[in-house]
Amino acid sequence: MSEPQHFDVLVIGAGPAGIAAAAAAAGSGARVAMIDALAKPGGQIWRGSTSSPYGRARRWLDRLHRCNVRVYASTQVVDIPEPGMVLAESECGSILMAWSKLILAVGARELFLPFPGWTLPNVVGMGGLQALIKSGLDVRERRIVVAGSGPLLWASAAHALACGADITVIAEQAPGAAVRGFARGLFRHPRQLVDAARLRLELAGVPVRMGTWPVGAHGTARVREVELTDGQRVSTERCDYLACAFGLVGELELPMLAGCAIEADRVRVDEWQETSVAGIFCAGEATGIGGVDKALEEGLIAGYAATGRPDRARSRFARRARGRAFAGALARAFALRKELKALARDDTIVCRCEDIPKGQLQGLSSWREAKLFTRCGMGACQGRVCGSATRVLFGYGPNSARPPAFPARLESLAATNDTRQPSEGSRGAAWK
Amino acid sequence: MPGEIEISINGRSVRVPGGVSVWAALTRAGIEHARRSVSGEPRGALCGMGICFECRVTINGVAHRRSCQLECAQGMAITTDE
Amino acid sequence: MSRRSRDVVVVGAGIVGAACAFACARAGLSVTLVDQGGIAGGATAAGMGHIVVMDDSEAQFELTRFSQRLWDELASQLPAKAEFDRPGTIWVASNEEEMATVRARHEYYLKRGVESEVLDARALSEAEPRLRDGLAGGLLVGGDSVIYPPCVVQFLVERVLQQGGEVHFGSAVTSLDSGSVALRDGSRLPAGSVVLATGHEVRRLAPSLPLRPRKGHLLITDRHPGFVRHQLIELDYVKSAHGSEQDSVAFNIQPRRTGQMLLGSSRQFDVEDSAVDRRLVARLVERLTAFLPAISGLSATRIWTGQRAVTPDRLPLIGPLAGKDGVIVAAGHEGLGTTTSLGTAQLVLALITQRPPGLKIEPYLPSRFKEVGDAWRN
Repeated sequence: MSEPQHFDVLVIGAGPAGIAAAAAAAGSGARVAMIDALAKPGGQIWRGSTSSPYGRARRWLDRLHRCNVRVYASTQVVDIPEPGMVLAESECGSILMAWSKLILAVGARELFLPFPGWTLPNVVGMGGLQALIKSGLDVRERRIVVAGSGPLLWASAAHALACGADITVIAEQAPGAAVRGFARGLFRHPRQLVDAARLRLELAGVPVRMGTWPVGAHGTARVREVELTDGQRVSTERCDYLACAFGLVGELELPMLAGCAIEADRVRVDEWQETSVAGIFCAGEATGIGGVDKALEEGLIAGYAATGRPDRARSRFARRARGRAFAGALARAFALRKELKALARDDTIVCRCEDIPKGQLQGLSSWREAKLFTRCGMGACQGRVCGSATRVLFGYGPNSARPPAFPARLESLAATNDTRQPSEGSRGAAWK
Repeated sequence: MPGEIEISINGRSVRVPGGVSVWAALTRAGIEHARRSVSGEPRGALCGMGICFECRVTINGVAHRRSCQLECAQGMAITTDE
Repeated sequence: MSRRSRDVVVVGAGIVGAACAFACARAGLSVTLVDQGGIAGGATAAGMGHIVVMDDSEAQFELTRFSQRLWDELASQLPAKAEFDRPGTIWVASNEEEMATVRARHEYYLKRGVESEVLDARALSEAEPRLRDGLAGGLLVGGDSVIYPPCVVQFLVERVLQQGGEVHFGSAVTSLDSGSVALRDGSRLPAGSVVLATGHEVRRLAPSLPLRPRKGHLLITDRHPGFVRHQLIELDYVKSAHGSEQDSVAFNIQPRRTGQMLLGSSRQFDVEDSAVDRRLVARLVERLTAFLPAISGLSATRIWTGQRAVTPDRLPLIGPLAGKDGVIVAAGHEGLGTTTSLGTAQLVLALITQRPPGLKIEPYLPSRFKEVGDAWRN
């Protein structure tokens, strides 16, 4: 049995933050590897992006390509079995890797809030719709209602439109004043301003309603109608898909398992992007939802800091500050209105894996109690969907992290005592 | 996308474009749900990124495969819940 | 919070404490159930919920058998969320030596009215096709059942409240004094009798008791209904449970009604942290795979640990605490807390009401250990 492969810097996540971190770290000559669950680097946001208007994505992917970074694609990290190690699994096996520095660029997932009918087929996320289309969902001539919150609303609608969908209406829960204020503030963030202007242009002709949110989805085999309200009137829209999510939340499971301190649902990091655990860095959405600019700058800083180049890291501080300012503006403008906490009725399912309705959670005062007495959060998704939802609905705290960070095959768990190497895993130059 | 491949969905032979996900193939074949929930509700893909586990189907005899994360392969046998 | 004296204060709202409170309340005694946290903490939240007849000793057999009958009576009253099910247990024999144990155990049960069936290699394979080839056979005990302990505790506590009992949660007991119990929040509960049912933490209030923590690990899989039909345990489990001071693992798998499978088990003496020991889990998975090869491709969604409380002779401590009038210990049940909770409660009730117990109580009395120092020297 061979020793696990050792890397000076191991980057988890190949989205913008991970790519920047790996590129920065590799520049020092360190031995760098990167792991991601998707088949190609880019993360969720740069998925399938090889042409304009994703020019920036192309440039960063090319830069990664030129670096000496070993990429383990289609590989899911399932555990940090001990300091300095990572256990990951892929379709054909598992791999144990040793690291000196770890950079967690694990990204975010969408926040789903329960409302009547949200479990119907064809009710999907907004980023979810985008991802599904990119992996082959045919939406030509399909009527789609896009509802929820944040810039992803626009990006998702524009993407679906460009792929032939009929976007019935875009409904943003934030009040119009907040969104307009946010738009006005974009002069400070020229790139985002350009993006926003472009999206607005692409979506000209699509009805947009601010201060509007879904209150029910109806259908039997799948969604056929969505009810939207602005707090006063309720309108009904026929649709083939409802793309609905209420912003993003960081994927904090692995950082928590690693022992990183979490504050206000973000991994706490110092100016070098180092977490409360020495040697473990975090960059991107997991330190606060802020989009690509923040992720890139934090990734660079983490990569430089992890390889002992503080001056280079420091050179990115100003840009990171602007990225974080954008994150702050986002959070303020698209704060969730209180009505969203009250959409679910007693019989509305909250835990989708175990079919636990809201009424069963009555009187339970903590996430631990919810899990113990109702099985909410005890299913396949490990509470990723219902845990984030109940945090908003009931203020349940996040619980202590237990392994595995992601469902893991038993044979992978047995590998902790074994040191098989993967049968796949490509050097930086090998992927396209 | 590359050329078509042949897979089977619930025993029925279907041609799909190469490179699409199993979930996309199901929708193109007119299938509206991947699985039945604990209480029997029809469920399909929600998050599109592999974290919600709603899109699970059985592929080549192996249960609980997330259909939105897997690309179709020639000869794949996919079974959904009724 | 009333300050009148109640007949019984039960300390510890795990399954043993809840069962004691339930038995006392049902018998018309005034009861207060206290816990430093809420209900179903400790080993109750972590265990397998297996209701099993065990025969390491005559006394263990008597208590588990007695308790199992009580569970069978209670079963029809349990709500659906208690997940009562009767998959039975198959004790799996890997070789002829273990088959001899199987046959001996079958005889033992036959004489005592417990239904069991000897399975030869072929019958075992028919009963559980996914077990590996080459096993020698097993013993099927069809009467064994499983429950989901946290929800059973909820049910028992609801019944306690319905009978006029009270609860006082969120404050630890700081001292057991003559005729009362003092809590950290400053309250003092006068009580005729006190039942100490705090599992391995009982040493905080009763340091003289010979109890040691024995840590266990469990995993749970996603849903695979019908993957196995019975709870399957290797006979070597008995040796592992007996034994050795060394860390050990044993094949123990339980199908839940949900179709998920609970996978265990491990034993480690005196490891008081709750961290998941990955290397031990890896050994456990190897052991599981050795018996059930197909399991290696299934996914685990959670891994957790719990602390059992073990005594030197592996029988629980049920009886008066020396040096403290009116205090009864009900702890040290090792891996049989769920099973023997109801039987323990009946013994405790008998002691409190000074009625004859349904079972000989001598083997469980704490007074059987004269000198703590010597107790572990075996």
